Amino acid sequence: MVQKIDMRSTVLSLTILLIGIFIWHVATHVPDTGPKGVVLSQTETDTLLGKNMLPEDIEYYSAQGVEFTQLEQIASLNLSRAMIEAAGGIRALGISVPDENSAPAPGSLFPSPSQIGTELWATVTDPFYVAGTNDMGYGIQMGYSLLRVLIGYSLSAAVAIPLGFLIGMSPMFYKALDPFIQVLKPISPLAWMPIALFTIGDSELSSIFVIFICSLWPMLTNTAFGVANVRSDWVNVARTHELSTTKTALTVILPAAAPTIITGMRISIGIAWLVIVAAEMLVGGTGIGYVVWNEWNGLRLDRMIVAILLIGVVGMLLDTAFARLQRAVAYAE
Amino acid sequence: MTKPYLSIELLTQQFPDGAGGTLTVFENSTFGVEQGEFVCILGHSGCGKSTLMNVLAGLAERTSGAVIMDGEQISGPSLDRGVVFQNYSLLPWLSALKNVMFGVAARHPDWSKAEVQAHSEKYLAMVGLDGDAIHRKPSQLSGGMRQRVSIARAFANHPKLLLLDEPFGALDALTRGTIQDELLKIWNGTNQTVFMITHDIDEAILLADRILLMTNGPFARVAEAVEITIPRPRRREEIIDHPNYYAIRNHLVHFLGSRSNELAGQSGGGTVHTPETIRIDRTGNDPLESDDDPTHPAQLRAVNE
Ligand SMILES: Nc1ncnc2c1ncn2[C@@H]1O[C@H](COP(=O)(O)OP(=O)(O)O)[C@@H](O)[C@H]1O
Ligand SMILES: [Mg+2]
Repeated sequence: MVQKIDMRSTVLSLTILLIGIFIWHVATHVPDTGPKGVVLSQTETDTLLGKNMLPEDIEYYSAQGVEFTQLEQIASLNLSRAMIEAAGGIRALGISVPDENSAPAPGSLFPSPSQIGTELWATVTDPFYVAGTNDMGYGIQMGYSLLRVLIGYSLSAAVAIPLGFLIGMSPMFYKALDPFIQVLKPISPLAWMPIALFTIGDSELSSIFVIFICSLWPMLTNTAFGVANVRSDWVNVARTHELSTTKTALTVILPAAAPTIITGMRISIGIAWLVIVAAEMLVGGTGIGYVVWNEWNGLRLDRMIVAILLIGVVGMLLDTAFARLQRAVAYAE
Repeated sequence: MTKPYLSIELLTQQFPDGAGGTLTVFENSTFGVEQGEFVCILGHSGCGKSTLMNVLAGLAERTSGAVIMDGEQISGPSLDRGVVFQNYSLLPWLSALKNVMFGVAARHPDWSKAEVQAHSEKYLAMVGLDGDAIHRKPSQLSGGMRQRVSIARAFANHPKLLLLDEPFGALDALTRGTIQDELLKIWNGTNQTVFMITHDIDEAILLADRILLMTNGPFARVAEAVEITIPRPRRREEIIDHPNYYAIRNHLVHFLGSRSNELAGQSGGGTVHTPETIRIDRTGNDPLESDDDPTHPAQLRAVNE
């Protein structure tokens, strides 16, 4: 029965995946009938570059069929592409471009499944190359992100779990610290970023601090809750055996509260992984979050999507690890 | 008069009743238990038996009064007072063996792990648990097996006083019989004192030297102490033929049926409540015993201490 369900669910998953890829493929398929992108000569390109136009912008507009003369007009506007697009596109600025109808389908700029597949293969087969400060294998970038998460998260656990024990075991501490926790907990992790950057200064330490602070709350509140709600029967067993407070905490309360604590840790690692990507986008430099931002700016959407996929996979692996741990400490009453 | 081994003196226990007032569970209760004695306490649900046991175990803070064991006032829980809780209270993340080892290791911190394990296995075998079963978690054991583990954990520590709170309440009749026998076997030959809560009259007669009868709460009190004048060893299929059996049983039924309620009640206003000792003996060597009809407990002789 269970095997049957397993098999059916696998078949369904694969079907959904195939349909998804098919729709993606159709949506990004470029029909051959549209105008070809304009190919510029080296001198034309140099002229445009001389007018401070960015190489990726030249590529972007020429791919849409914009001729050299119009490109010169665009260059003379001296505006960034983001601003042009914000103003409604080049047409809105009075620059004539090829007919809408004959322009390539808008989806065609979005990479197709096969492009992603190729890029993914390249990434997976060579994850650790270093070709420059801005061009490193995603394995290395992922390593930077994981290292930051690991440091921030470990520090957070080292604070949250003992503190949670204290709060859970002492109603006095619970009452005293509860208002602070209630106010600090709902603050968005990224709202801490400016404070961190201002007080700590160093961007590396700031992102670690943000990981630390956002991992803290789920672990702290879950530990306190788990510890406070250990069945009094079990605590009484410890008391009738004359166990010391430390011994009781380690041999009765810790195993009793472990499932709740690990649940908190699992929530925290999920948040930490969400936050590191956002923090690296803000701070830049290294890390998989920075990669996403960098590839976006370079309009390498295919590489960006690969990076995003990898973020998802690593997040899933982290979650799976904690799910394992959760099963290991679970007990049936 | 010398003090009994375990002496409960003027014990009062109150709780906030949730509506701003206080709930007095029992007041100025005074009674004693001798060393090596097996005492059962009978009373309706909610009268305060578990509360009393928690005080004896040292788990609950008493409102006033004293509990003196072996000449010393008790304060807090102690390894000398082993507890078998109503709901077994096994640690669910430990196997049966580890649960017993948990207790033994606490009692003998200087023992090696092998010694602790051997001792634990011995007591598990004593309650009829061995082989594969002792490596299972409580959730994988039947109610009867869990109860055995709980008893093994308490007995393995040789407490001077063993406190049992309705230990067989959740068991089927067959299992209950087996474990009762095992309990008696282990208790026999030690000078351990047993204080056991039950609501089963037949169980109490089978096991106890003396049965304490508690009136309904609030202001519950131990109203009577009934001596079980049936010689040991007792076998459940034989004691029912003993001339005292039905006389005692009827007395108990009568108490729980009506007098527990009639005697229940109000604050005694400082009166010291000591139980009346009841001795029922119909074996013929008692001249005062003339009525042969066991259904008239009113004729029974009462002996005051
Ligand atoms: N911690 C407590 N707080 C308030 N009331 C309590 C507490 N413990 C027991 N009681 C009350 O004391 C009375 C006796 O309870 P208990 O000793 O559990 O009875 P039982 O004889 O069934 O074991 C009950 O009315 C119960 O509600
Ligand atoms: Mg009870």
